[in-house]
Amino acid sequence: MLSRVANSIYWMSRYLERANNVSRFVEVNLHLILDMNLSRKQMQWEPLVITSGDNEDFLKRYHYADEKNVVRFLTFDEKNPNSITSCILLARENARTVRESIPSELWETINELYHLVKKNSRKRKLNDLQSFYGAMNQYGNLMTGVYQDTFSHSEAWHFSQVGMMLERADKTARMLDVKYFLLLPSAESTNTPYDTVEWSAVLKSASAFEMYRKQYHSINCHNVANFLLFDPHFPRAIKYCINTAARSLQSIIDLLNIEVRAKDEMLKLQEMLSKTNIEQILNNGLHEFIDIFQLNINVLDRAIYESFFIK
Amino acid sequence: MNFDSYETNGFYDELFAADAIPRQPMSALIEQINGLTKTKLKRHQKAAELALFQQGITFSVYGDKKGTEKIFPFDLIPRVITGQEWQQLEKGLIQRVEALNLFVADIYGKQQILKDKIIPAELILQSECYLKQCIGLQPPKNRWIHITGSDLVRDREGRFYVLEDNLRCPSGVSYLLENRMILKRTFPDLFQAMNVRPVSNYCDTLYDALCYLAPDHSRTPNLVLLTPGIYNSAYYEHAYLAQQMGITLAQGSDLVVIDHHVMLRTTKGFEKVDVIYRRIDDDFLDPKTFRKDSCLGVEGIMECLRRGNVALANAPGTGIADDKAVYAYVPDIIKYYLDQDPIIPNVQTYGCHDKKKKDYVLANLDSLVVKAVNQSGGYGMLIGPHSTRSERDDFAKKIKASPRNYIAQPTLSLSRSPTIIGDAIEGRHVDMRPYILYGESISVIPGGLTRVALKKDSLVVNSSQGGGSKDTWVLDN
Repeated sequence: MLSRVANSIYWMSRYLERANNVSRFVEVNLHLILDMNLSRKQMQWEPLVITSGDNEDFLKRYHYADEKNVVRFLTFDEKNPNSITSCILLARENARTVRESIPSELWETINELYHLVKKNSRKRKLNDLQSFYGAMNQYGNLMTGVYQDTFSHSEAWHFSQVGMMLERADKTARMLDVKYFLLLPSAESTNTPYDTVEWSAVLKSASAFEMYRKQYHSINCHNVANFLLFDPHFPRAIKYCINTAARSLQSIIDLLNIEVRAKDEMLKLQEMLSKTNIEQILNNGLHEFIDIFQLNINVLDRAIYESFFIK
Repeated sequence: MNFDSYETNGFYDELFAADAIPRQPMSALIEQINGLTKTKLKRHQKAAELALFQQGITFSVYGDKKGTEKIFPFDLIPRVITGQEWQQLEKGLIQRVEALNLFVADIYGKQQILKDKIIPAELILQSECYLKQCIGLQPPKNRWIHITGSDLVRDREGRFYVLEDNLRCPSGVSYLLENRMILKRTFPDLFQAMNVRPVSNYCDTLYDALCYLAPDHSRTPNLVLLTPGIYNSAYYEHAYLAQQMGITLAQGSDLVVIDHHVMLRTTKGFEKVDVIYRRIDDDFLDPKTFRKDSCLGVEGIMECLRRGNVALANAPGTGIADDKAVYAYVPDIIKYYLDQDPIIPNVQTYGCHDKKKKDYVLANLDSLVVKAVNQSGGYGMLIGPHSTRSERDDFAKKIKASPRNYIAQPTLSLSRSPTIIGDAIEGRHVDMRPYILYGESISVIPGGLTRVALKKDSLVVNSSQGGGSKDTWVLDN
């Protein structure tokens, strides 16, 4: 397939996944706030901005991380390249340039989603937005089904999977990083109802709450981190994402019958996860681990670009 | 909504023989619409518009920073053509395309038609559309014109005329196909009842016509549709056609010339291309040969064409046959190459390069339509009877300054077709663009894009000037 098309499909899928994650983070936080006491409420919004990685841009333009500002920045701010609006816009632009290579069903779903975002961006009241985040979630699931059942699982589809899974692994990692940093030092709240509520929120941000419960029943930070990092079966756990991305990358390599550097970088990422466990990571610092992990995702992303997208 | 108060106002009407008297084959359609309540018809119209919107068949409103997108206006009431009428049109269009193809080949070859003084040589050789770079070119199978969209109109008596030929990658066929899809949903039972001929095989015929051009038939030819990209107003159509044919949609930057072969940049490496259905203008095709500043084209592609390593549809240079000043000579062209009389007549045309005709045009500006020879989309036009004094003075100046660039035609009283306007059905002027494909043989898709001037009394059907479109039903009777 065309290198340009492969590149666009990869990014289209990353942007869709990104928008979806941001939406879920915000939605979960809106619910979480209702269960918090006042002092905790104040500090609950900034981590979302930190998770997005755009803290600097935010502070420059908004100054203060309250609910209204953060929600606007992450949802409809077109100047923020990672807001839901920006991601959906970019996903649609990419989809448009490859319209003939993707199923019409996929294009039409993305197009509808774009118009949904446009329509809602006029709303100012937070309470009016609840249904919007719900719809975003539904569209995310719809999109996954459309990808799965209308798109031949060949080269183009595998590029979409690599993009989607790397983005998802990155976002789960970021979220874990920020929440862990924020929740761990608050010794006074350990084993209080707040502690459980907040770790539950972390799980919900990854749609992982119910699946986690089935496995561990009680909620504590060690198990939550273990689940989100190493569960091989849960589709938003980092290990699952990386393994899935690796399989799709291998399929592409087999289809094209070529040797590429991206394969070595993917292997590095997989080894990072297979040669350690949660105890080691928590001992040596979760933040340090995730830092290196994200760095390696970026290196892999670059290698994919050089291996397939510029010819 | 119904036709009870519908008036033909003395125009030729596509669906009505006279007030309250539907043309016989169209009566089933009229009855069905009469049977629909206003609410129901409006709901159908809404559903149709929503379908177009969701598919993203939209254009961005110019100058709107919010990125508002709109669909092209679409009218639910189809325009209907009988089987007998179509038979004549089909024959006439095939005849026309065959002659025009021979004409282009001759102009870039021996120029016999000029030597025989059928057309004044200077009219051709001084035309902006005559490309010296194409002299001596021998495109595969001697086909130059593969895809044509000629515009047809009817006058007050109902007689069809060719108004102009579009031989430079005409657009609009995707609207024809989409309009049909929508009407199949809206009036499902009418298609059988009225014996409407299908148009759905257009993309197959196009695919076969393109494959026929491939220089190498030992393997499945590699076809590419070359687009200027997503900012082009016809991008939707480019993507749609590529998708329907399952061929690669490429931009100039996806292609590169290596050893006089056009190659695609793929994830696997370079891949040879055999046929390019290009939807970019001649000027932008090859910065080495034409406009140096073009970023849309492919450097060196003309040399590949010259060597027979790739085929382009349409071939470059075909614009010489749809130059509006050359149009006037098409009846002579048909006579010269085929020794036949034209089956579909031309509209009477006064080319201002001829001094006598120029004087006639200048004296009759208030009754004529004046057109710049090298413009389209309804631009550069004066419609005499609807014009102001200063507009006419302005055109008179332009004509005197460069007579070669202007032609004039009598103002036709175009036929009308019933159209939903607000809460009523009113007559609006229409034209029609059928699509003709020339592969191994010439075929015409039984249908066309009917464009309708939505503004009351307007004769300009172009979408850039407030026009909409209709589905066109060709009956099998």
